[in-house]
Amino acid sequence: MSITKLGMPKWGLNMREGALVAWLAEEGAELEVGDEVAEVETEKINGVVESPAAGTLRRRVAAVGDVVPVGGLLGVLADASVGDEEIDAYVAEFQATFVPEAEEDEAGPAAETATVDGRPIRYARRGEGAVAVVLVHGFGGDLTTWLFNQDALAAEERSVIAPDLPGHGGSSKEVADGGLDELAGSVQGLLDTLGIERAHLVGHSLGAAVAATIATRSPDRAASLTLVAPAGLGPEINGEFLEGFVEAESRRELKPVLETLFSDPAVVTREFVEEVLRTKRIDGVGEALRTISSSCFPEGRQAISIRDGLAALDVPILVIWGAEDRVVPAAQADALPAGAQVEIMAGAGHMPQMEAAHEVNRLLGDFLEAHGA
Amino acid sequence: MPRKITYLQAVNEALLGEMRRDPSVVVFGEDVVGGAGAGGEMDAWGGPMGATKGIYDEFPERILDAPISESAFIGAAVGASASGLRPVAELMFVDFMGVCFDQIFNQAAKLRYMFGGKARVPLVIRTTFGAGIRAAAQHSECLYPIFTHIPGLKVVVPSNPYDAKGLLVRAIRDDDPVIFFENKVLYGMEGDVPEELYTIPFGEANVVRDGDDVTIVALGRMVSLADHAAEQLAEDGIECDVIDLRTTSPLDEETIYESIERTGRLVVVDEANPRCSIAADVCSLVAQNCFSDLKGPPRTVTAPHTPVPFSPVLEDAYVPSPERIAGAVRESVGAAATA
Repeated sequence: MSITKLGMPKWGLNMREGALVAWLAEEGAELEVGDEVAEVETEKINGVVESPAAGTLRRRVAAVGDVVPVGGLLGVLADASVGDEEIDAYVAEFQATFVPEAEEDEAGPAAETATVDGRPIRYARRGEGAVAVVLVHGFGGDLTTWLFNQDALAAEERSVIAPDLPGHGGSSKEVADGGLDELAGSVQGLLDTLGIERAHLVGHSLGAAVAATIATRSPDRAASLTLVAPAGLGPEINGEFLEGFVEAESRRELKPVLETLFSDPAVVTREFVEEVLRTKRIDGVGEALRTISSSCFPEGRQAISIRDGLAALDVPILVIWGAEDRVVPAAQADALPAGAQVEIMAGAGHMPQMEAAHEVNRLLGDFLEAHGA
Repeated sequence: MPRKITYLQAVNEALLGEMRRDPSVVVFGEDVVGGAGAGGEMDAWGGPMGATKGIYDEFPERILDAPISESAFIGAAVGASASGLRPVAELMFVDFMGVCFDQIFNQAAKLRYMFGGKARVPLVIRTTFGAGIRAAAQHSECLYPIFTHIPGLKVVVPSNPYDAKGLLVRAIRDDDPVIFFENKVLYGMEGDVPEELYTIPFGEANVVRDGDDVTIVALGRMVSLADHAAEQLAEDGIECDVIDLRTTSPLDEETIYESIERTGRLVVVDEANPRCSIAADVCSLVAQNCFSDLKGPPRTVTAPHTPVPFSPVLEDAYVPSPERIAGAVRESVGAAATA
């Protein structure tokens, strides 16, 4: 094999650099694709860099504490046949020629806003391909739920669109009854506005129920359905989490609530908490969340069900669930129709798309490819 | 959606946004319509600093140029707030506040208490403070410690554009009198601010930076200087927690104590004079509540106990600098090492 670069990944639209927190593999370690190599801290969240290829970690270029721009060199992989001089030359040339992505370029069309039924709906689009993939976030989230996934999924032939649901992120804070039909209608309306007739629908938590609702209402529009930690499969849900999330006003109140989302609470950084708080503080957000919560999850139970809808559907279904999900229990996967591909991921909580991003991206990539995307 | 605007624009957006939302919000102050030197043209400047620009155009009936009598218009604002309006009074420089202490200390602060909770005083007094613009002794003081001392007043000292907007909206919606301190040197500071209205709760400090070696507590303009110092210190391996108090009354003691539990070392940075100050208050609270966590004496970086000098050279030396802050942090680490 030749030399493979281990670069600073780009997790999300706004990431420009990351700090190396720790190396998780020694120089000389034999790595497989997906092995954890290094821990990186960004302004938003901590994550693990996984090996992009099989091979030996020949050189750890970045030192712990170094701040490396996106695309910059963390380390070098190669097999034993590559000489040390070649590695030296590769590193020297890379460092001499590497130009970090300019800030102005990134400030470009990170997110856009469309008007759907008179309401502004914000969305981010990555890729210009003909096959549409739509990523729908869950309750209290926004399009940055997919910050580790959207770029990774945006292959040449795809365009990956992540909207903010009404009441969330940069979209209108006005919601009517906040029910599944209204939320699904807004995503469908966005697809109409963008001229997208058919898409691979991917949803997380409440967003998964939204995606399933779109597929049920208009089966022709769904090329496939991917449900990540989906709501709508059983009555049980962590009511304390919902209540805590809606009511939290301060960093101190919100942090333990957000930690419930993850298997490893340490990934919830101060900046992540601050970012969620900044959204929650905006006029109308609290009310919108309360309306949606009381419509979909009254008194800490799920009042929505996608079970019958899914059973009647004739589209490929992939379900990804964290084994340690403390918001919606993974045992609810038992309610899925027999044909669905179900992947339960150890070491992940309610946010596998963040906590096990690489594995989720791989599963989702394979699934999309198998179904024509 | 956030975009970059200045501290001054953030204040202006909060005022206009709340006036659109709530018809009981009115603005009083000297020159808030025409502005000094405006030559009679209405809304030419939008106040002495430009914070009220655009209000007269949109709400000519709800903004009032006051005569140069602080005691009169602050008194009128107190009365208006007690009888159903939500006035935002602008008192150009906090240094002039002395002439209306009775209106603020004896009336605004006490009405709710003296009427058994039956009176409300939803008043905001916006004012500017701080040295650094060559405005000399009578236009450069901090004075927030005096207001923090008075029960019944809430005291807000925002350090950046995002906080300025969210805290001012919160102040206007508050049912108690709020003294809102804007550092005039920060007016040009830019930052990400959402277009929408939003509120930041009172009594929640902001943690600007994480570190386990030393806790730096700061407020107002001192926050960015402290952060700057912490950045230099990090290069030498000294990691600081930087805490922005945001409000001095109510005071978020818990965030300070949680940090001291980890670091054991405290440096308070305060642009005000040192005696009976926020710096002294925070040191005293930490000494009383975290004594067993402390690895060394709490330290303060403040202005000296003198009026603000007119000489530019002396004025620059008067205000705490990143170098002085870094020096105090290094001393605290060194002292701890030899203790």
